[in-house]
Amino acid sequence: MSALTREETEALIQEVLEVYPEKAKKDRAKHLAVNDQAEEQSKKCITSNRKSLPGVMTIRGCAYAGSKGVVWGPIKDMIHISHGPVGCGQYSRAGRRNYYVGTTGVDTFGTMNFTSDFQEKDIVFGGDKKLAKLINEVELLFPLHKGISVQSECPIGLIGDDIEAVSKKGAKEIEKPIVPVRCEGFRGVSQSLGHHIANDAIRDWVLDKRDGQAFESTPYDVSIIGDYNIGGDAWASRILLEEMGLRVVAQWSGDGTLAEMENTPKVKLNLLHCYRSMNYISRHMEEKYGIPWLEYNFFGPTKIAESLRAIAAHFDDTIKAGAERVIAKYQPMMEAVIAKYKPRLQGKTVMLYVGGLRPRHVIGAYEDLGMEVIGTGYEFAHNDDYDRTMKEMGNATLLYDDVTGFELEEFVKKLKPDLVGSGIKEKYVFQKMGIPLRQMHSWDYSGPYHGYDGFAIFARDMDMAISNPCWSKLVPPWKQQPEVVEAAELPKAA
Amino acid sequence: MAKLRQAAIYGKGGIGKSTTTQNLVAALAEAGKKVMIVGCDPKADSTRLILHSKAQNSVMELAAEAGSVEDLELEDVLSVGYGGIKCVESGGPEPGVGCAGRGVITAINFLEEEGAYDEDLDFVFYDVLGDVVCGGFAMPIRENKAQEIYIVCSGEMMAMYAANNIAKGIVKYANSGGVRLAGLICNSRNTDREDELIIALAEKLGTQMIHFIPRDNAVQHAEIRRMTVIEFDPRHKQADEYRALAKKIVDNTKFVIPTPITMDELEALLMEFGIMEVEDTTIIGKTAAELAAA
Repeated sequence: MSALTREETEALIQEVLEVYPEKAKKDRAKHLAVNDQAEEQSKKCITSNRKSLPGVMTIRGCAYAGSKGVVWGPIKDMIHISHGPVGCGQYSRAGRRNYYVGTTGVDTFGTMNFTSDFQEKDIVFGGDKKLAKLINEVELLFPLHKGISVQSECPIGLIGDDIEAVSKKGAKEIEKPIVPVRCEGFRGVSQSLGHHIANDAIRDWVLDKRDGQAFESTPYDVSIIGDYNIGGDAWASRILLEEMGLRVVAQWSGDGTLAEMENTPKVKLNLLHCYRSMNYISRHMEEKYGIPWLEYNFFGPTKIAESLRAIAAHFDDTIKAGAERVIAKYQPMMEAVIAKYKPRLQGKTVMLYVGGLRPRHVIGAYEDLGMEVIGTGYEFAHNDDYDRTMKEMGNATLLYDDVTGFELEEFVKKLKPDLVGSGIKEKYVFQKMGIPLRQMHSWDYSGPYHGYDGFAIFARDMDMAISNPCWSKLVPPWKQQPEVVEAAELPKAA
Repeated sequence: MAKLRQAAIYGKGGIGKSTTTQNLVAALAEAGKKVMIVGCDPKADSTRLILHSKAQNSVMELAAEAGSVEDLELEDVLSVGYGGIKCVESGGPEPGVGCAGRGVITAINFLEEEGAYDEDLDFVFYDVLGDVVCGGFAMPIRENKAQEIYIVCSGEMMAMYAANNIAKGIVKYANSGGVRLAGLICNSRNTDREDELIIALAEKLGTQMIHFIPRDNAVQHAEIRRMTVIEFDPRHKQADEYRALAKKIVDNTKFVIPTPITMDELEALLMEFGIMEVEDTTIIGKTAAELAAA
């Protein structure tokens, strides 16, 4: 085991903090902690969801990113208008790999960018008229869309456009829902508030639209909440639920539709994968409709089996038997995957730095491969996330919240993990340091990683990164020991 | 050609900034100065007395029609009125929508880029919306724009509060650029000892009361004809007041970084002149019923 003792980890944190000015040091110290599984409440050792310090490199996004990019964007049959100047929508377009089925531009619009493309005059005179016009154009050009969401960029909150009034009026005209979302980027400290605002907009403008309407329900209706179908994750999850006998009524929001969202209040159980981004709407449905919700984890066979059994426990024996059947069915496949990769990955260490769920949810999958996560942290978690994380992480491992570029580099230099799991901004930094990195936001253009099918891909990808022969070839020729070249004896001329 | 002087006129809303500015500018033009007025108010009423028009087509209006401000030419937005005075209105949205401050920024940037200030102008006057509510309305006093600020005020309490607040704003920009307070213009409301009070306030702010303009209906008579007094009735004594103000501004050399005073100091000054009652702390927060019972 390469892990440090508690004292060594504490000393490492102090060493890294040393370069900061006094005030910054004091602030950053609260966001760095040594894990203690015995601690019940994370707030005693780590602070989260606070404003990042000016001058550090933070990896966070904004409220618009949380609403448009994460929660709303994947709803495929709606058109999501990035309301404001062109950049926010254009540079986030199609970047998140939330797969969907449909004909883009006809009945689905996931990878397209719709924007009101603000100019000076729209700032000065307001953008309401332009938004109204855009809504009519959208209706004319894309008649098969099922509704519109208006995703506010920063200027909307500054100039006070009344997007609610425009949305209401427009919805009456085109006879489809239009949802105004006040997710201006300057609100809150990270994308996290954007998730909350987006959840609230769904609550206020979508969820009660089919209340009281007939719905052919079954006792086995569930929804998948907080799966964004990155590289097909939700599909790899859905088939397991269906195989055990459940009916998946809705996917939120990867490959999801407006109708699915509207029908969700009819389900018997909400299955919540990404707690951080969609716990709000799950709690709301529990309060208003009495629907229980359950956090589950479909990364790696151990957690999948645990989760399938926990889900089945909410249903009758048919489903319980179904869960066992599914687990047994995939058992041999999982054993084969582990037999193939575990010998190559056993004992390897990993450091993670991702968004709001994966820094804890993928730990089990690494452990299934014999690997150990020695440090983890979130961009935008809250303390309820760290409460859950501390149970998953080993004692004396490192926790870092809203880690700065400097801190993460230093931690990696000192802990020397065999793999870093983070994003595109970290990828090349660490690869140039000679440390393999897998992107854990986008699955590095691979995936799915959820479900049994996903685990096979996950295991292959981690092995591919760690066992790649390039890592032994990083010393440049001029730094290698010079080879003594014996002058070959030339054949004598005949 | 003398060096171009750029001045901005601030003051509480409704105090008479636009009227004073236009009469002043007319007097300067009459004296042979080349002057431009830039109206920085979405109401776009800073040039009507010079142009005899209801409201000039503003930069932002024209830009919205043309598509963007880059599509405009200087001559589209520049009108020439009485005495060869050049007039521009920045314009902006109707109340309650959009961002008027951004309109001012866009319009002033446009004028600079198009070289509106290049010719042989002696003076540019910016007539700015009453309250400096956001960065946009401070645009005229940022670096390389107006160097001298005149505050129009009267002996009324709120006008003096506003003047003091504007002085605070000037301090901020004075430290980073060259802007200076050049004087208070007292536009009389016929309150008691008004001139003495404004002189006292000016002293506290480290500046001068550059001129006291008495109240006279001639101004209103001219205004309903969309004219300045200078043009409508040049022999009227009120016209001479504006000529006097114009001369003082031409000769003015007293440009200071103001020393704004605290609320307490201001209130003490108002009490001294009997504008405000001496504060009775026993009545604060008491309703009428409570006071009656006491």
